[in-house]
Amino acid sequence: MIINGTEIEETFAEAFGMSATRVIITAINLHWARVAGETMTGFATSVIGCGVEAGIEAEIAPDATPDGRPGVSVLLFGMSGKALAKQLETRVGQCVLTCPTTALFAGIDGEKQIPLGKNLRFFGDGYQISKQIAGTRYWRIPVMDGEFLCEETVARVPAVGGGNFLVLADTQQQALIACEKAIEAMKKLPNVIMPFPGGIVRSGSKVGSKYKALMASTNDAYCPSLRGLVKSNLDPQIGSVMEIVINGLSDADVALATRTGINAVCELGAAGGIRRISAGNYGGKLGQFHFHLREVMA
Amino acid sequence: MSYLTLKLRERLSQRVDMSPFLPEALAGKQADEIARIPLWLGNRKVDSGELFAIDGKGSEQILIQSECDCLDRIGANMTGGNIRIEGNAGAYLGCGMRSGVIQVSGNLGVGGGCAMSGGTLIIEGNAGDFLGGAITGERQGMRGGTIVLKGNAGHRAGDLMRRGTILIGGACGDYCGSRMVAGSVVVLGQCGFQTGMGMRRGTLILTQQPNSMPATFNDNGRQDLNFLPLLTQSFKDHAPFSKLRDRGSQVHRWLGDLSCDGKGEILIY
Repeated sequence: MIINGTEIEETFAEAFGMSATRVIITAINLHWARVAGETMTGFATSVIGCGVEAGIEAEIAPDATPDGRPGVSVLLFGMSGKALAKQLETRVGQCVLTCPTTALFAGIDGEKQIPLGKNLRFFGDGYQISKQIAGTRYWRIPVMDGEFLCEETVARVPAVGGGNFLVLADTQQQALIACEKAIEAMKKLPNVIMPFPGGIVRSGSKVGSKYKALMASTNDAYCPSLRGLVKSNLDPQIGSVMEIVINGLSDADVALATRTGINAVCELGAAGGIRRISAGNYGGKLGQFHFHLREVMA
Repeated sequence: MSYLTLKLRERLSQRVDMSPFLPEALAGKQADEIARIPLWLGNRKVDSGELFAIDGKGSEQILIQSECDCLDRIGANMTGGNIRIEGNAGAYLGCGMRSGVIQVSGNLGVGGGCAMSGGTLIIEGNAGDFLGGAITGERQGMRGGTIVLKGNAGHRAGDLMRRGTILIGGACGDYCGSRMVAGSVVVLGQCGFQTGMGMRRGTLILTQQPNSMPATFNDNGRQDLNFLPLLTQSFKDHAPFSKLRDRGSQVHRWLGDLSCDGKGEILIY
């Protein structure tokens, strides 16, 4: 399959089942809602080292938030419900509770609930107030700028993490421009985040390492600087590879985001130095979700 | 769905316990069966057919037509369905109800919604004392659900209330929110004396200064509380309380009653 001169490789992205949640942060204005959201989702690129993968999903207009103030929605993905709950509590406690004027609400429904304000309330030292409104319990925690309002719990739902595609380009700059365009298009989609810096990964990894302590190491088959030394997957003219990793609330969301991203990259096509689109997998043995690029783009 | 209609034949001089007339208990029963249901009238039992003209069969919806205020415990312990009362209701309307809706076009007696834990009471007229209060001897009053009262409330509305919401469109008697444990009471009209006396926790939301508050309430000053838009938004289906949302989130706040736990609050727009 070739789109605008760019080859879509006959391969698939391998993704995993994860546990996800969505919270809505509101504040006095969009700036402070974003500040809280960005702080909360900092150092949340990969579960390997960060415990959780998180990102701002979208900005929300005042008329669509629970308290009528501007807000952002944040998606968080963990490898288990327990890990997700722990990270959520830590991040909300250190990054949203502390951020001026913010309030925090559940942004997703589901049967399985994890604590949101349920444990944070103890920060109120006994002066916290519970308020049940329309069947939902909120906590009002006194803080120095007024009150921090926080919903008691939020649902966690099964989700998909680790959807991906690789952009193989002539130069580093061309790969980056293409990925930036892809991220710009993908950010408009609901239910997905691209958790890496700016949505783009330059250090894709393979499973295992020559060093026993490491469970993952550089994806040498796609490193241009190792061509000729290892069994490379790169053609001679490819000078740079970048990856976009996608986490979504369902496999359909990840597939749509993959399609949207690849389409945006292929708009630049061969003329923009984009030679090939590939994807990362582990032979199909580890992840339960397989996104075959040619099927996704069909 | 059609109503089962119960029309009171004549004004009564004694009180009637209406608690057997629940939508869930009457579902599927024919009019003649319903007419044989015994009711306590004062200290004797009579067939309900003697007191009421019964039309229709048992369903999820019951219509009671009565100008008399002697019909007590209508909808007591109700778990679903709808009861509509054209006229007045007696004491303990919806006492202990868990779910469903009761609407009253007229007034009701004392103890309306006492010990209720869910569902909705909508009263177009006035209510007696202890609206949303406790059953005598119990330590907790209303513990869930919503009471919407368009008219005036008597004394001690929300007494010992534990959870839920009471909306009062008119004035309220003395000791509103007395001994309240938690929950929210909104009063659009004037509140009487010693409002909030003995409040441990909970929220009283007023639109004007009450006649008096206990000396054991402290001034907390002007506050911007962002739970208020959320709370008032939940009243959107209940005019005129829906207009509270326009008043924003700024209120004058009093904290008390410090003679108890002192974690209650009176918010005045």
